[in-house]
Amino acid sequence: MIQFQFERASTVKASVNAMVNNGNARFIAGGTNLVDLMKRNVMTPTKLVDINAVPLKDIQQKNGVISIGALALNSQVADNKIIQEKYPLLSKALNAGASAQIRNMATVGGNIMQRTRCSYFYDTTLPCNKRQPGSGCGALDGLNRMHAIFGTSKDCIAVHPSDMCVALVALDATVVVAGPKGERRIPFEEFHRLPGSQPAKDNTLQNNEMIISVEIPDNEFNKNAHYFKVRDRASYAFALISVAAALNMDGKVIKEARLAMGGVAHKPWRLKEAEKSLVGKQATEEVFKQAAEIAMQGAKAYKYNAFKLKLGPNVIVEALKNAAGLV
Amino acid sequence: MNKNKTTGKSEEEENHESRRDFLKTTSILTAIAVSPVAVSKAAEYNLGEKINHALETTPVNLTINGIKKQLAVEPRSTLLDVLREQLNLTGTKKGCDYGQCGACTVHVNGQRVLSCLSLAIMQDGKQVTTIEGLSKGDELHPMQQAFIKHDGFQCGYCTPGQIMSAVACINEGHAENKEDIKEFMSGNICRCGAYPNIVKAIQEVKNGGQKI
Ligand SMILES: Cc1cc2nc3c(=O)[nH]c(=O)nc-3n(C[C@H](O)[C@H](O)[C@H](O)COP(=O)(O)OP(=O)(O)OC[C@H]3O[C@@H](n4cnc5c(N)ncnc54)[C@H](O)[C@@H]3O)c2cc1C
Ligand code: FES
Ligand code: FES
Repeated sequence: MIQFQFERASTVKASVNAMVNNGNARFIAGGTNLVDLMKRNVMTPTKLVDINAVPLKDIQQKNGVISIGALALNSQVADNKIIQEKYPLLSKALNAGASAQIRNMATVGGNIMQRTRCSYFYDTTLPCNKRQPGSGCGALDGLNRMHAIFGTSKDCIAVHPSDMCVALVALDATVVVAGPKGERRIPFEEFHRLPGSQPAKDNTLQNNEMIISVEIPDNEFNKNAHYFKVRDRASYAFALISVAAALNMDGKVIKEARLAMGGVAHKPWRLKEAEKSLVGKQATEEVFKQAAEIAMQGAKAYKYNAFKLKLGPNVIVEALKNAAGLV
Repeated sequence: MNKNKTTGKSEEEENHESRRDFLKTTSILTAIAVSPVAVSKAAEYNLGEKINHALETTPVNLTINGIKKQLAVEPRSTLLDVLREQLNLTGTKKGCDYGQCGACTVHVNGQRVLSCLSLAIMQDGKQVTTIEGLSKGDELHPMQQAFIKHDGFQCGYCTPGQIMSAVACINEGHAENKEDIKEFMSGNICRCGAYPNIVKAIQEVKNGGQKI
């Protein structure tokens, strides 16, 4: 780890100001991703701004919207009564991620901002366009079992590793951020980006902007929601593929559907066409299989991740069956 | 057992301690190897154990196992390294140092966290409990007793982390049944595979209902 200057900020304004004129400064919240990457010299900020004293931990409900502070802990959100009753999908996705200890440290803002777990990104002796633009993508022709099947480019095939974000994109969340010029609101689907020719950029947040909260609109998905995650061991591992499925049902008929996938793209992957195909249909395995087929259109595998083309539709069907209470 | 006449310690104890000193020295040397020039100068002047003071340090107040401590920490130091290297609390183990094993689990303000991913400088004013702070004098904590009774370990390396995690698991309300325990203890890896006995130990303490 290189040496850095350390500063504490206790207001949003002071946090944002501490970033001005220093492109190499970073916020630190739970530290569970940043400290790991700094130890490996994958990230080398020269200044850390500790934002833990900023009062952004609250989970509040107002005008049919729930607002979750950026510093709310992953465990606090997962265990929150309102979240469990109204947004069980989010609670399930959070509990599927990391471990109890890490969730006690990890914040909502930090979870959204976490970097990829691509092993070429992590190893500073190997090429990686995300870590070192222009050095090449080691995963493209390398060990790419964990890598993306949607939205890849010739410069990067990494995936966004978060579970929480898969639920948030499915639930039409909005990220509220503050910068030197005030606040702006970013629809969750537009927050993270595809790699294109600039894989170093994970998302659309500017360096001097800070996430202050995440808002989720009211919905009718609380009775039929499921997060299904497939990984190399039963717990405490990143997703090979995960699916967030939420249905609003009238008896056996699907009135509204939300579907998103994790472990398949550079961003949490919303499946809007598949959602549309479900509306107005009876909840049956056959209907779910058709939706899964639509969802997988355009998927492209690499040498070691072709299994994801087969696993993907199976995970979608399983998640939908669980959400609909068919299992 | 052979005891050294001057120190009164067994050979095994002495070997153990000198191994520990050796490890400490080597990790300081590693720190020097990767540090900027000013730090290497400190080594040149043979500052040894005082190396931390040669670096830029910041005062941090911590209450560790009920005792208030004022420390000078280098901003890069993790809570784990401060516990082990500065405070000689070597009960907390370093397994991976990257958040992947749970051996370094401690309680900060009553919550279980990973000390290897916690910067010490960010813990100012907080209460830290380590495995050394769990027992009351010679009386073991109920979770420690249960681990012994149920053979919840083999080599013991993961055990301090397991026990700290287990106590928190019950206090959080995540030990209602076997499945819950397995899921919420998954952040503690045991290479010896003592998992079934760890679950039994936790269930016993949970069912005993005592305040822990
Ligand atoms: C062993 C291990 C296993 C894991 N397994 C999983 C898993 O299965 N699923 C999963 O989803 N996650 C997993 N994680 C990742 C974990 O969820 C993230 O590390 C965590 O959510 C990051 O949050 P943090 O508060 O600790 O962020 P930090 O490490 O403090 O920060 C991460 C990044 O976010 C930035 N940041 C933090 N807060 C803000 C803010 N408010 N505004 C703008 N920028 C901000 C920081 O500058 C930094 O760049 C795992 C982590 C580990 C170590
Ligand atoms: S040493 Fe901290 S998790 Fe392994
Ligand atoms: S007892 Fe050996 S690692 Fe758990």
